[in-house]
Amino acid sequence: MKVEETKRYHKIDAVVVGAGLAGLRAALEIAKSGQKVAVLTKVYPTRSHSGAAQGGIAAALANAQEDSEELHMFDTIKGSDYLSDQDIVEFFVGEAIKTVYELENMGVPFSRTEDGRINQRPFGGHSSPRACFSADVTGHVILHSLYEQCVKHNVHFFSEFQVFSLIIENDICRGVVAWDIRNGGLHIFHSKAVLLASGGYGRAFKITSNAHANTGDALALILECGLPLEDMEFVQFHPTGLYKHGILLSEAARGEGAHITNISGERFMKNYAPGKMELAPRDVVSRAEQTEINEGRGADGGKDYVHLDLRPIGKERILERLPQVYELALNYLKVDALEAAVPIQPTAHYSMGGIPANIRTEVIKDAKGTVVRGLYTAGEASCLSLHGANRLGTNSLQGATTFGRIAGISMSRFVKESGFEKLPEKPLDVAQGKISALTEGSGTERYAGIRAQLQENMTKHCGVFRNEKDMLKLKTVIKELQERFKKVTIDDKASTFNLDLIEAFEVGNLLSFSEVMVEGAIARQESRGAHYRTDYTKRDDEKWLRHTLAWQTEKGVKLDHSKEVVIYMDRFPPQERKY
Amino acid sequence: MAKVAIKVKVIRYEPEKDQKPYWKSYDLEVDPDYTILDILNEIHWNIDGTLAYRRSCRSAICGSCAMKVNGRNVLACETPMHQFKGNKLKIEPLPGFKIIKDLVVDMDDFFDKLQRVKPYLILDKPIPDKEFFQSPEEFEEIVDAINCILCGACTSSCPSLWGNNDYLGPAALLKAYRFIFDSRDDGTDERLDVINDRNGLWRCHTIFNCMEACPKHIKITEYLSKLKVKAMENSI
Repeated sequence: MKVEETKRYHKIDAVVVGAGLAGLRAALEIAKSGQKVAVLTKVYPTRSHSGAAQGGIAAALANAQEDSEELHMFDTIKGSDYLSDQDIVEFFVGEAIKTVYELENMGVPFSRTEDGRINQRPFGGHSSPRACFSADVTGHVILHSLYEQCVKHNVHFFSEFQVFSLIIENDICRGVVAWDIRNGGLHIFHSKAVLLASGGYGRAFKITSNAHANTGDALALILECGLPLEDMEFVQFHPTGLYKHGILLSEAARGEGAHITNISGERFMKNYAPGKMELAPRDVVSRAEQTEINEGRGADGGKDYVHLDLRPIGKERILERLPQVYELALNYLKVDALEAAVPIQPTAHYSMGGIPANIRTEVIKDAKGTVVRGLYTAGEASCLSLHGANRLGTNSLQGATTFGRIAGISMSRFVKESGFEKLPEKPLDVAQGKISALTEGSGTERYAGIRAQLQENMTKHCGVFRNEKDMLKLKTVIKELQERFKKVTIDDKASTFNLDLIEAFEVGNLLSFSEVMVEGAIARQESRGAHYRTDYTKRDDEKWLRHTLAWQTEKGVKLDHSKEVVIYMDRFPPQERKY
Repeated sequence: MAKVAIKVKVIRYEPEKDQKPYWKSYDLEVDPDYTILDILNEIHWNIDGTLAYRRSCRSAICGSCAMKVNGRNVLACETPMHQFKGNKLKIEPLPGFKIIKDLVVDMDDFFDKLQRVKPYLILDKPIPDKEFFQSPEEFEEIVDAINCILCGACTSSCPSLWGNNDYLGPAALLKAYRFIFDSRDDGTDERLDVINDRNGLWRCHTIFNCMEACPKHIKITEYLSKLKVKAMENSI
């Protein structure tokens, strides 16, 4: 029997991979336009990691204080250390306002000002209180509201489906192949358009705020198809990760007035960013913290953490505005933040790099911007480049929702105009090959040890501070781990809910794009935003106002730096970044 | 940090080969500050890769890892081992749900019931240019309820549901509350039509199990009582 005749074959206009803010917002748009859309997610939609975002969503509503699109644009560009494409940022700041009102009108419960409008709080790198928030569960309430809207509009969900391969031939995407985690078995999703919105790649690091699910699967699948990734060397380290766990404590804590202190209780940010103090952008604060720790000025007598002190905020406001932050410190570190300061350290948080795309969210395959037909990307999986070398807090929820909507509009239009492309003869082969290698092999390696080594080394050598010598070593380590991974065999051979299979597949993905990250970081001989080189400590605009495109080839990683950053020289020319 | 020896008993069930669920014991040494999820990961990664469970965010917000530990419904990720006396743990899937495999349960019915209460803003007024106005006091009515992460711990702990699986359960009713008490919503009548029923609101016998089980400390039983008052008022 042909695959097309089985119940594991689905013919659907549009397929969305990932059910976070970007994926759900896109799916909603497509469903409203009357096209058939399916959302594939490796978890359940409400379990997506967008829900872990706490502090807010940026838009220049000016509800709390004077603000403007122009100012939001400038802050984003400066925050990006001038690596964002300014045409994208310009479009984004305008759409952001529309996005927030639309979310509110859909039912998102926002905290309110006294006069009943959406409340806004200050956030790092923003020069006006611009973060629209719902206590400290902003991502959670937006995620749930979007899911609810999708339910209302009959979006078809395939929960616990893991995409194992993309079906791309002759630069045309024809669908995806996914494994049904719950029941076992590979399914073909034959579609006119596919959106990759599966989130970031923080799980390549040991200390990370990311969920177990954030293994950048779509990025590895893109590389496998011979397509490039962009700016992978830019990874944001969030300054307030819960010590040892890496779990996020919202930047809203600092927005509300928390201090960060060192061994002597000193607010050391005054030595690094006297203008903004704790509310300097994340890259700046993380480097300051790491410097204090490295130079023996960590808290509690020079330990490998510093302190986040919530007490200046006051008890009532902590419990009203930051209940989740309070709970997390209490449950994980047994620290009552009303009484004592909380140990924190920088934690791998956000992936500025990702799948390159244009302003319509169409995936591109080269520096000229040649489009891969039928393939789209949005949210953290994508690189547009909105965030450049460093993302500002609250611009992620906004970027994901806004460009999720844009993806939905682009895809609806495309789907209306286009027919289904033919599937290749054996569409399941690539995915089946990966599964067989992991289940039928006789190798004795275990994926967990390989993953632990990768994460440990990435945090150590490709973290807040980087240098060529360490990264060359790291490159060799990754090569060795890739070889060892070929000999991995998993314990579980069952079809039903085989967690072993999913995790092993994810480790393969981590190993694949980590190599690209490291090569990109070695090549970029400058310090910009989140990418800080101790051997090249200055930003080099002459040479490096350029994006990195990287392909994986049989001969190793191929880099192309010919894609120039879009800059409006008359409006926002690069200048020194001081806070 | 000095490691401690623990004994962990876990419910195992593999539908392709087991007739029914059974207990399996694991002896391991772990850091004393490990969470239940850390322990499951340790078993899964280094001892027995066939163990299945759900988890993702590990910061108590995604709602994947609700399960029963030493008789209590908890989120595995936020529950440190030291909350339980002795070094013995008994880990089971959420009661009241069908087991798919090991600690993984079938959530279909749970999400279906949620959909029955029309879990989305219903409007019969025009959409404004900007936001709907809502006072801080009006927002306060729902600020606790919006914390629900749909983990299922409450619904699983409800004796009324154990006795009658047609009952909507606390999570779905809490969702109804979250919209009925949202000042922007116009769907109260439609929703009350669904929940004002013997297998809806009135199957809640105010046992408070749901509130005790809720990892987000949401005052579920109180809100269900407020819904009952609302339903009474509406029927007069």
